[in-house]
Amino acid sequence: MQPKEMFDVLAAQFGPEVIFDFHADPKKDKDPWFQVKPYEIEAVAEFLKTDARFSIDTLECLTGVDYPDKNHIAVVYHLYSYSLRHRLVVKAFLPREDPSIPTLVNVWSVANWHERECYDLVGVLFEGHPDLRRLLLPDDWEGYPLRKDYAEKDEYHGIPTTRPNPLELFQIGKAPAKA
Amino acid sequence: MSDVVFTNEMDEEMLLNMGPHHPSTHGVLRFIVHTDGEIIRKAVPDVGYLHRSIEKIGERCTYPGYMPYTDRVDYLAAMFANEVWASACEKLMDIEVPPRAQYLRIISCELNRIASHFSISLGTTAMDVGAVTPFPYALREREYINDFIEELCGARLTYNYHRIGGVSFDMPKGWDDKVLKWVDHFELILNEWDRLITHNTIFVKRLANVAVISAEEAVDWGFVGPNLRASGVNWDLRKEDKYSAYGNIDFNVPVGSGAYGTTGDCWDRFWLRVEECRESCKILRQAFDLIKQWPEDEIVGTLPKKMRPEGEAYARVESARGDMGCYVIGAGKEEPYRCRFKTGSFNAMSIIEYKSPGLFLADLVALIASLDVVAPEIDR
Repeated sequence: MQPKEMFDVLAAQFGPEVIFDFHADPKKDKDPWFQVKPYEIEAVAEFLKTDARFSIDTLECLTGVDYPDKNHIAVVYHLYSYSLRHRLVVKAFLPREDPSIPTLVNVWSVANWHERECYDLVGVLFEGHPDLRRLLLPDDWEGYPLRKDYAEKDEYHGIPTTRPNPLELFQIGKAPAKA
Repeated sequence: MSDVVFTNEMDEEMLLNMGPHHPSTHGVLRFIVHTDGEIIRKAVPDVGYLHRSIEKIGERCTYPGYMPYTDRVDYLAAMFANEVWASACEKLMDIEVPPRAQYLRIISCELNRIASHFSISLGTTAMDVGAVTPFPYALREREYINDFIEELCGARLTYNYHRIGGVSFDMPKGWDDKVLKWVDHFELILNEWDRLITHNTIFVKRLANVAVISAEEAVDWGFVGPNLRASGVNWDLRKEDKYSAYGNIDFNVPVGSGAYGTTGDCWDRFWLRVEECRESCKILRQAFDLIKQWPEDEIVGTLPKKMRPEGEAYARVESARGDMGCYVIGAGKEEPYRCRFKTGSFNAMSIIEYKSPGLFLADLVALIASLDVVAPEIDR
């Protein structure tokens, strides 16, 4: 099915409050996408997986994108169906103050680590996730590095995160002072 | 594996730390294993030791300037990360890749696939389960490939060979004959390899029926590439998307069939990679034949003067560890707004916690080795 058809079927099924904002601008967005209301994402995903017209059996990629100027965080789902060989891109926009969205672990198991990574690096809370711990960074790390306003701390447990520039430290390349 | 019954003395559980520097973890990777004697109750992977924040670095580099960093996504098959980044940018900016560059990409990638599959994945799998002899033989073949690629682009491990819109160098004079001669030699080596290890009774008994992953599980946990095909799902991105010039090339997609056990066991995953090396040889021959009709040195397409795209694109290539995806968002600046890499090892690793209960401790090593996970690809 083409993305536009998929959008129409889904909009008819869930209503325009849940499925909206179809984008297909060949100049900009190479993969057409549309929005889903965050708190309906699990029902939509379940429908996409079980309905024979979609039978989306895997979540290819889950990405968190921070937009501080628009004050929201986007969670982008790239979906794929092995049986019907079609792809679909779905986005959910969450408020930056409270970025939380239901988990999709019960729909596709692959979402487990993708959501943990997204929580770890972007700070999106996946409600109902069985094991929402940091994945890549240490458990006591502060902040979410892939947020645009993330500022690196000077040190982590006494380990400095910056190093002095050796050129300045040893005055390399500077003319020796004349006596 | 599920018919293993735990004894009643549940308090006898032992907590065992495996890694981060365990020789069979293929990089820096740690498992916290709860065991009941030899039987695993739960193995929890602890990843992130090789996290280099490659996605954050991408937000600070220009589009072409990010290319050398992508090598580090998967250092055993760096060509594919190069290609996926180049493809994502080409898709975003509507850049055409000239045919000669497409074939050069295929040639470099298939050489890299053989190096990754044969020498690292197969050699180390054999070594991890106790057969040390084959590994140096496999590494010898990798040295040939490293030499070829060094002649092609000057680097042996982190290639930085592909460019947005093409590749950086055309192949040197006489290089194709040299590689084709080696392909002839390598196919015989593959037959020898089958006799030495793949169909070796001891080896088969060690791997057949171990850690079976069914097709449903493989799809549910997002398996890609050889791991997915070993579970019996006939799906190869080179066939499905026909990206680059793969549409003009005739090759088979081997699928696991459980020749010695159940479909989707460790042996199937091992055997499948051997077969993929044979297919790669076929692809190399055809690509060297087809590349001749395109003029030399037409290896980079027309690029925009200023790379300041707006919009987003998601590109995929079939890497040595399966479908590798790159999602790039541009916001009209020289640097991408966001880039994201989706890799095969990351998905494969997440199944360990679910799959490990009931496995023998020694079989966990076989499972990790047969999944062909590479730590930097998990952590990025």
